[in-house]
Amino acid sequence: MSEAVKGSSVDIDLPLVRRARDGDYAAFEALVSRYEGKVYALAWRIAREEHDAEEVVQETFLSVVEHLSTFREDASFRTWLLRIATNAALKLLRKKRGLPMVSLEGSGTQEDDEPLPHPEFVAPWQESPADLAGRHEIRALLDEAMTALDEKHRVVFLLRDVEELSTEETAEVLGISVANVKIRLMRARLMLRERLTRVLGDKDRQAPPHRHDEVE
Amino acid sequence: MDMKCDELLKALNEYVDGTLEPGVCEMFQAHLKDCNPCRIVVDNVRKTIQLYKGDTPCELPPELKSRLHSSLKARWKQRPV
Repeated sequence: MSEAVKGSSVDIDLPLVRRARDGDYAAFEALVSRYEGKVYALAWRIAREEHDAEEVVQETFLSVVEHLSTFREDASFRTWLLRIATNAALKLLRKKRGLPMVSLEGSGTQEDDEPLPHPEFVAPWQESPADLAGRHEIRALLDEAMTALDEKHRVVFLLRDVEELSTEETAEVLGISVANVKIRLMRARLMLRERLTRVLGDKDRQAPPHRHDEVE
Repeated sequence: MDMKCDELLKALNEYVDGTLEPGVCEMFQAHLKDCNPCRIVVDNVRKTIQLYKGDTPCELPPELKSRLHSSLKARWKQRPV
Protein backbone atom coordinates (compact mmCIF):
# COMPACT_ATOMS: atom_id res chain seq x y z
CA MET A 1 0.00 0.00 0.00
CA SER A 2 1.47 3.32 -1.02
CA GLU A 3 1.67 6.18 1.45
CA ALA A 4 0.45 9.56 0.37
CA VAL A 5 2.74 12.43 1.22
CA LYS A 6 -0.18 14.39 2.50
CA GLY A 7 -3.50 13.64 4.00
CA SER A 8 -5.54 10.56 4.47
CA SER A 9 -7.06 10.44 1.02
CA VAL A 10 -5.20 7.24 0.19
CA ASP A 11 -6.90 5.46 3.07
CA ILE A 12 -10.30 6.84 2.20
CA ASP A 13 -10.24 6.29 -1.53
CA LEU A 14 -8.20 3.19 -2.11
CA PRO A 15 -10.86 0.60 -1.23
CA LEU A 16 -13.35 2.27 -3.58
CA VAL A 17 -10.73 2.73 -6.29
CA ARG A 18 -9.82 -0.93 -6.19
CA ARG A 19 -13.42 -2.07 -6.33
CA ALA A 20 -14.13 0.32 -9.19
CA ARG A 21 -11.10 -0.95 -11.04
CA ASP A 22 -12.52 -4.45 -10.66
CA GLY A 23 -15.72 -3.35 -12.35
CA ASP A 24 -17.89 -2.27 -9.42
CA TYR A 25 -19.91 0.66 -10.80
CA ALA A 26 -21.44 1.55 -7.44
CA ALA A 27 -17.94 2.03 -6.06
CA PHE A 28 -17.03 4.26 -9.00
CA GLU A 29 -20.21 6.28 -8.56
CA ALA A 30 -19.39 6.74 -4.88
CA LEU A 31 -15.99 8.13 -5.84
CA VAL A 32 -17.60 10.51 -8.30
CA SER A 33 -20.08 11.72 -5.68
CA ARG A 34 -17.25 12.23 -3.26
CA TYR A 35 -15.29 14.50 -5.58
CA GLU A 36 -17.68 16.01 -8.12
CA GLY A 37 -18.34 19.14 -6.05
CA LYS A 38 -14.65 19.73 -5.48
CA VAL A 39 -13.75 19.18 -9.13
CA TYR A 40 -16.54 21.55 -10.14
CA ALA A 41 -15.32 24.19 -7.68
CA LEU A 42 -11.75 23.91 -8.92
CA ALA A 43 -12.84 23.95 -12.57
CA TRP A 44 -15.03 26.98 -11.99
CA ARG A 45 -12.33 28.89 -10.18
CA ILE A 46 -9.87 28.22 -12.99
CA ALA A 47 -12.22 28.64 -15.96
CA ARG A 48 -14.50 31.31 -14.42
CA GLU A 49 -17.51 30.24 -16.48
CA GLU A 50 -20.22 27.79 -15.57
CA HIS A 51 -20.50 26.21 -18.99
CA ASP A 52 -16.75 25.66 -19.16
CA ALA A 53 -16.67 24.28 -15.64
CA GLU A 54 -19.32 21.77 -16.62
CA GLU A 55 -17.32 20.69 -19.63
CA VAL A 56 -14.25 20.21 -17.43
CA VAL A 57 -16.16 18.14 -14.90
CA GLN A 58 -17.55 15.89 -17.65
CA GLU A 59 -14.19 15.49 -19.30
CA THR A 60 -12.44 14.80 -16.01
CA PHE A 61 -14.66 11.97 -14.90
CA LEU A 62 -14.95 10.49 -18.38
CA SER A 63 -11.17 10.42 -18.40
CA VAL A 64 -11.23 8.61 -15.07
CA VAL A 65 -13.48 5.95 -16.60
CA GLU A 66 -11.07 5.58 -19.50
CA HIS A 67 -7.90 5.47 -17.49
CA LEU A 68 -8.80 4.03 -14.11
CA SER A 69 -7.34 0.69 -15.11
CA THR A 70 -3.98 2.41 -15.57
CA PHE A 71 -4.04 4.25 -12.24
CA ARG A 72 -0.98 3.14 -10.30
CA GLU A 73 -1.02 3.60 -6.59
CA ASP A 74 2.20 5.60 -6.48
CA ALA A 75 0.24 8.81 -6.02
CA SER A 76 -3.01 9.31 -4.21
CA PHE A 77 -6.22 9.03 -6.21
CA ARG A 78 -7.04 12.58 -5.20
CA THR A 79 -3.80 13.98 -6.60
CA TRP A 80 -4.29 11.99 -9.79
CA LEU A 81 -7.85 13.28 -10.13
CA LEU A 82 -6.83 16.89 -9.47
CA ARG A 83 -4.13 16.60 -12.11
CA ILE A 84 -6.66 15.44 -14.68
CA ALA A 85 -9.11 18.20 -13.70
CA THR A 86 -6.49 20.96 -13.68
CA ASN A 87 -5.07 19.95 -17.03
CA ALA A 88 -8.56 19.73 -18.52
CA ALA A 89 -9.37 23.23 -17.27
CA LEU A 90 -6.11 24.75 -18.49
CA LYS A 91 -6.43 23.03 -21.86
CA LEU A 92 -9.90 24.48 -22.25
CA LEU A 93 -8.68 27.96 -21.40
CA ARG A 94 -5.84 27.71 -23.90
CA LYS A 95 -8.20 26.45 -26.57
CA LYS A 96 -10.53 29.37 -25.99
CA ARG A 97 -7.69 31.80 -26.34
CA GLY A 98 -6.37 30.17 -29.50
CA LEU A 99 -3.12 29.17 -27.84
CA PRO A 100 -1.19 25.94 -28.38
CA MET A 101 -2.95 23.08 -26.65
CA VAL A 102 0.10 22.09 -24.68
CA SER A 103 1.79 24.71 -22.62
CA LEU A 104 5.24 25.50 -23.95
CA GLU A 105 6.31 26.29 -20.45
CA GLY A 106 8.89 23.79 -19.40
CA SER A 107 10.26 23.13 -15.99
CA GLY A 108 13.41 24.92 -17.08
CA THR A 109 11.64 28.24 -17.59
CA GLN A 110 12.73 30.78 -15.04
CA GLU A 111 10.08 32.82 -13.38
CA ASP A 112 10.50 36.58 -13.81
CA ASP A 113 12.81 38.32 -11.39
CA GLU A 114 10.49 41.16 -10.56
CA PRO A 115 10.33 42.08 -6.91
CA LEU A 116 7.46 40.60 -4.96
CA PRO A 117 4.39 42.81 -4.61
CA HIS A 118 5.03 44.89 -1.54
CA PRO A 119 2.14 45.04 0.95
CA GLU A 120 0.67 48.53 0.66
CA PHE A 121 -2.50 48.45 2.73
CA VAL A 122 -1.64 46.79 6.02
CA ALA A 123 -4.29 46.52 8.70
CA PRO A 124 -5.66 43.79 10.95
CA TRP A 125 -8.94 42.40 9.78
CA GLN A 126 -12.05 43.43 11.65
CA GLU A 127 -13.54 39.94 11.65
CA SER A 128 -12.28 36.38 11.70
CA PRO A 129 -12.57 34.00 8.75
CA ALA A 130 -15.09 31.97 10.74
CA ASP A 131 -17.35 35.01 11.07
CA LEU A 132 -16.89 36.04 7.46
CA ALA A 133 -17.40 32.63 5.90
CA GLY A 134 -20.50 31.96 3.88
CA ARG A 135 -21.63 35.55 3.61
CA HIS A 136 -22.77 36.45 0.14
CA GLU A 137 -20.75 39.64 -0.12
CA ILE A 138 -17.62 37.87 1.12
CA ARG A 139 -17.97 35.17 -1.52
CA ALA A 140 -18.29 37.90 -4.12
CA LEU A 141 -15.13 39.53 -2.78
CA LEU A 142 -13.23 36.23 -2.84
CA ASP A 143 -14.34 35.61 -6.42
CA GLU A 144 -13.42 39.09 -7.54
CA ALA A 145 -9.97 38.88 -5.98
CA MET A 146 -9.36 35.49 -7.53
CA THR A 147 -10.51 36.66 -10.96
CA ALA A 148 -8.03 39.53 -10.77
CA LEU A 149 -5.16 37.08 -10.45
CA ASP A 150 -3.23 35.90 -13.44
CA GLU A 151 -4.22 32.35 -14.28
CA LYS A 152 -0.77 30.95 -13.50
CA HIS A 153 -0.90 32.42 -9.99
CA ARG A 154 -4.52 31.48 -9.45
CA VAL A 155 -3.94 27.81 -10.27
CA VAL A 156 -0.97 27.47 -7.95
CA PHE A 157 -2.90 29.07 -5.10
CA LEU A 158 -5.87 26.77 -5.70
CA LEU A 159 -3.74 23.64 -5.76
CA ARG A 160 -1.40 24.55 -2.88
CA ASP A 161 -3.52 26.46 -0.43
CA VAL A 162 -7.06 25.35 -1.21
CA GLU A 163 -6.50 21.74 -2.29
CA GLU A 164 -3.43 21.39 -0.04
CA LEU A 165 -1.23 19.62 -2.53
CA SER A 166 2.43 19.71 -1.63
CA THR A 167 4.84 21.93 -3.55
CA GLU A 168 6.23 18.86 -5.31
CA GLU A 169 2.78 17.52 -6.22
CA THR A 170 1.77 20.93 -7.55
CA ALA A 171 4.94 21.14 -9.64
CA GLU A 172 4.20 17.72 -11.05
CA VAL A 173 0.56 18.51 -11.83
CA LEU A 174 1.49 21.72 -13.64
CA GLY A 175 4.75 20.58 -15.22
CA ILE A 176 6.71 23.46 -13.71
CA SER A 177 9.66 23.64 -11.35
CA VAL A 178 9.34 23.60 -7.57
CA ALA A 179 11.00 27.02 -7.52
CA ASN A 180 8.34 28.44 -9.83
CA VAL A 181 5.56 26.96 -7.71
CA LYS A 182 6.99 28.75 -4.67
CA ILE A 183 7.36 32.11 -6.38
CA ARG A 184 3.90 31.98 -7.92
CA LEU A 185 2.35 31.01 -4.61
CA MET A 186 3.99 33.94 -2.87
CA ARG A 187 2.77 36.35 -5.49
CA ALA A 188 -0.75 34.92 -5.37
CA ARG A 189 -0.95 35.13 -1.60
CA LEU A 190 0.38 38.67 -1.46
CA MET A 191 -1.95 39.90 -4.19
CA LEU A 192 -4.97 38.26 -2.61
CA ARG A 193 -4.00 39.56 0.80
CA GLU A 194 -3.80 43.09 -0.59
CA ARG A 195 -7.24 42.99 -2.19
CA LEU A 196 -8.96 41.35 0.71
CA THR A 197 -7.35 43.56 3.32
CA ARG A 198 -8.39 46.75 1.55
CA VAL A 199 -11.98 45.68 2.18
CA LEU A 200 -11.72 43.65 5.37
CA GLY A 201 -8.98 45.58 7.13
CA ASP A 202 -9.72 47.91 10.02
CA LYS A 203 -8.92 51.32 8.57
CA ASP A 204 -8.61 52.80 12.05
CA ARG A 205 -5.73 50.46 12.75
CA GLN A 206 -3.96 50.74 9.44
CA ALA A 207 -0.18 50.54 9.74
CA PRO A 208 1.73 53.47 8.19
CA PRO A 209 3.71 52.79 4.98
CA HIS A 210 6.71 50.69 5.87
CA ARG A 211 9.70 49.41 3.95
CA HIS A 212 12.58 47.23 5.07
CA ASP A 213 15.23 48.31 2.66
CA GLU A 214 17.51 48.50 5.57
CA VAL A 215 16.84 46.61 8.73
CA GLU A 216 19.00 46.70 11.80
CA MET B 1 20.43 41.03 11.07
CA ASP B 2 19.99 42.46 7.63
CA MET B 3 16.97 41.23 5.72
CA LYS B 4 15.71 43.28 2.84
CA CYS B 5 12.05 43.55 1.90
CA ASP B 6 12.02 40.77 -0.69
CA GLU B 7 13.88 38.40 1.60
CA LEU B 8 11.43 39.18 4.36
CA LEU B 9 8.47 38.53 2.10
CA LYS B 10 9.93 35.19 1.04
CA ALA B 11 10.63 34.31 4.67
CA LEU B 12 7.11 35.37 5.59
CA ASN B 13 5.56 32.95 3.12
CA GLU B 14 7.68 30.05 4.29
CA TYR B 15 6.99 31.03 7.89
CA VAL B 16 3.25 30.74 7.22
CA ASP B 17 3.90 27.24 5.85
CA GLY B 18 6.17 26.27 8.71
CA THR B 19 8.94 25.42 6.27
CA LEU B 20 11.42 28.13 7.17
CA GLU B 21 14.81 26.67 7.99
CA PRO B 22 15.76 27.07 11.65
CA GLY B 23 18.44 29.79 11.39
CA VAL B 24 16.36 32.01 9.15
CA CYS B 25 13.27 31.26 11.22
CA GLU B 26 14.93 32.63 14.34
CA MET B 27 15.97 35.76 12.48
CA PHE B 28 12.50 36.23 11.14
CA GLN B 29 10.85 35.69 14.51
CA ALA B 30 13.21 38.23 16.03
CA HIS B 31 12.19 40.66 13.30
CA LEU B 32 8.50 40.03 13.94
CA LYS B 33 8.90 40.94 17.59
CA ASP B 34 9.71 44.51 16.63
CA CYS B 35 7.79 44.90 13.41
CA ASN B 36 4.05 45.37 13.73
CA PRO B 37 3.35 45.68 9.99
CA CYS B 38 5.04 42.32 9.31
CA ARG B 39 3.10 40.69 12.12
CA ILE B 40 -0.12 42.01 10.63
CA VAL B 41 0.82 40.82 7.14
CA VAL B 42 1.57 37.32 8.47
CA ASP B 43 -1.86 37.29 10.08
CA ASN B 44 -3.52 38.67 6.96
CA VAL B 45 -1.97 35.95 4.79
CA ARG B 46 -3.03 33.20 7.18
CA LYS B 47 -6.58 34.52 7.25
CA THR B 48 -6.66 34.90 3.48
CA ILE B 49 -5.76 31.25 3.08
CA GLN B 50 -8.29 30.22 5.72
CA LEU B 51 -11.07 32.14 4.03
CA TYR B 52 -10.46 30.53 0.67
CA LYS B 53 -10.06 27.08 2.18
CA GLY B 54 -13.29 27.44 4.06
CA ASP B 55 -15.23 28.74 1.09
CA THR B 56 -17.91 26.11 0.59
CA PRO B 57 -17.22 23.91 -2.40
CA CYS B 58 -19.83 24.47 -5.07
CA GLU B 59 -22.56 21.92 -5.20
CA LEU B 60 -23.11 20.65 -8.68
CA PRO B 61 -26.25 22.11 -10.21
CA PRO B 62 -28.77 19.23 -10.11
CA GLU B 63 -29.14 19.13 -13.91
CA LEU B 64 -25.37 18.86 -14.31
CA LYS B 65 -25.22 16.13 -11.71
CA SER B 66 -27.80 14.02 -13.50
CA ARG B 67 -26.23 14.68 -16.93
CA LEU B 68 -22.84 13.76 -15.57
CA HIS B 69 -23.95 10.53 -13.97
CA SER B 70 -25.90 9.47 -17.08
CA SER B 71 -22.96 9.99 -19.39
CA LEU B 72 -20.62 8.25 -16.99
CA LYS B 73 -22.88 5.23 -16.73
CA ALA B 74 -23.05 5.01 -20.51
CA ARG B 75 -19.29 5.32 -20.87
CA TRP B 76 -18.69 2.81 -18.10
CA LYS B 77 -20.32 0.09 -20.15
CA GLN B 78 -17.86 0.71 -22.97
CA ARG B 79 -14.78 1.05 -20.85
CA PRO B 80 -11.61 -0.94 -21.53
CA VAL B 81 -11.18 -3.81 -19.06
